[in-house]
Amino acid sequence: MATKPLVPPASPLRWLGVVAAPTALALGFLWAGGWLTPHRLTQTSLLDTLRTVDGPHPGFRRNHAKGVCVTGWFEGNGNAAGISTASILQPGRVPVVGRFALAGGMPFQADAPAKVRSLALRLMPPDGQEWRIGTNDIPVFPVRTPQEFRALQLASRPDPATGKPDPARVKAFRAAHPWLQTAAQQLSHRPLSSGFTDDTYRSLDSFLFVAKDGTETAVRWAMVPLQTIAPIDGHADDHDYLFRQLIDDIHAQPRQWRLMVTVAGRHDIIDDSSQSWADDDRQIDAGTLTLTTVESEEGGPCTGITFDPLVLPQGIVPSGDPILQARSAAICVHLPHARAKSPRSPPSPRP
Amino acid sequence: MSSAKSFSLPSRILHWLMAVMILAMLFIGVFMASTVGPNYYRLVTLHHPLGIAILVLALLRLANRFHSPPPALPAELPPLMKTAAKASHILLYALMIAMPLVGWGMLSAGGYPIPLWGQSVLLPPILPHDPALWACLRSTHTVLAFLLFGMVLLHVGAALFHGLIRRDGVLRSMTR
Repeated sequence: MATKPLVPPASPLRWLGVVAAPTALALGFLWAGGWLTPHRLTQTSLLDTLRTVDGPHPGFRRNHAKGVCVTGWFEGNGNAAGISTASILQPGRVPVVGRFALAGGMPFQADAPAKVRSLALRLMPPDGQEWRIGTNDIPVFPVRTPQEFRALQLASRPDPATGKPDPARVKAFRAAHPWLQTAAQQLSHRPLSSGFTDDTYRSLDSFLFVAKDGTETAVRWAMVPLQTIAPIDGHADDHDYLFRQLIDDIHAQPRQWRLMVTVAGRHDIIDDSSQSWADDDRQIDAGTLTLTTVESEEGGPCTGITFDPLVLPQGIVPSGDPILQARSAAICVHLPHARAKSPRSPPSPRP
Repeated sequence: MSSAKSFSLPSRILHWLMAVMILAMLFIGVFMASTVGPNYYRLVTLHHPLGIAILVLALLRLANRFHSPPPALPAELPPLMKTAAKASHILLYALMIAMPLVGWGMLSAGGYPIPLWGQSVLLPPILPHDPALWACLRSTHTVLAFLLFGMVLLHVGAALFHGLIRRDGVLRSMTR
């Protein structure tokens, strides 16, 4: 029997056939991963932008880096159960782990009244239908899309010479995005409360509540304080005054917020978190959040948890808001974890 | 070529079904791990059940392989190529099983709920919540994905080499 050579002679066309399929697959794969389109905004390039703006801080969250952990519970009252089957919205109490933080990627930034404060929550009902919520104390999001988010971050990054954003760059961004002007005004004229505990935190993004019969209702929500809202008072000399005050407040007594669900009206734009909704929209008081303990992030109960806004229970689904998808996508690249003791840690509660 | 030299019908069905699923999974994975676009959530929601389906089918396929072994490679194939073929198939099976398990473990270590189908059916965590472990498994998932994709390319190339250049019946044993 004549042995066949390992590679018998064959026409170039046949060789082309052998090479073509794997090459096509490889090119498709590279395209899907964004390697053939270097200008496409990806999770990595978005996070790289934040790192460029804020500097690298290994082990910390890329955004909302300075924060503390809180725990407590959420007590649903059933008022929103008609438009969503989420078990959390039924009457009953579920444990909560949360985190108060300042927006921005600098873990050692000084507290200041006008800095954006955030409250992230993880609601953990016994049936495993978790709900993770990320809220901020601003009326609207400054941009509509992740592309605009990156452009704004770059335009408003502090100039190394002055430590302040370059006004010319900010102006150029404003001029190029006239549709964001209303949002910018709402943000700069927003009322400021004295601290974390008398602040109102909003979902900004829209979600869809799904009822038992499948009806979808577009909603946004806010955590509205039951505490009296005090005006800002001066603490400018204290680097951590907001966090100190928060720790004192919660140590003094449990603090409470009402979960107010806003149902989209006929004229509200659902998928644009830079636009506010009408004032006369239907509001539902869906339950009460009570926070009883506050702890440092180092080894605290919120460490290593990503408050991914797309971790939703049955009965709540994401809207088409592009910012919402981008928030979730960018979060999943990076999980903050235990880090070496830093020279200057964010404030720790006293024992 | 006699039909005895072909893969059994169940083997062929499993092979082609999983070929489509694994390729889809690799493309979905690499796209969703980079995009900040509007399809992100939909793709993530698809990635989980597809991964678990691949895990189940891979185990089923392994059992099927023992039950009806594949046809022997052509006798005249050089020993080195036979060894390469065997090794690459072992690696493919290992990756088909490891990839979903690493993904499942990664979500467990990240402290995420692990939705299997929509938001209604959840899988239990298979590892404790540990951010450092999450970071390690996420890198592993990525590296294994590239390795699996590389193996798939090699597999396709080798199959076409058998079919178009050597014309030794190896490709046909899976296509008919």
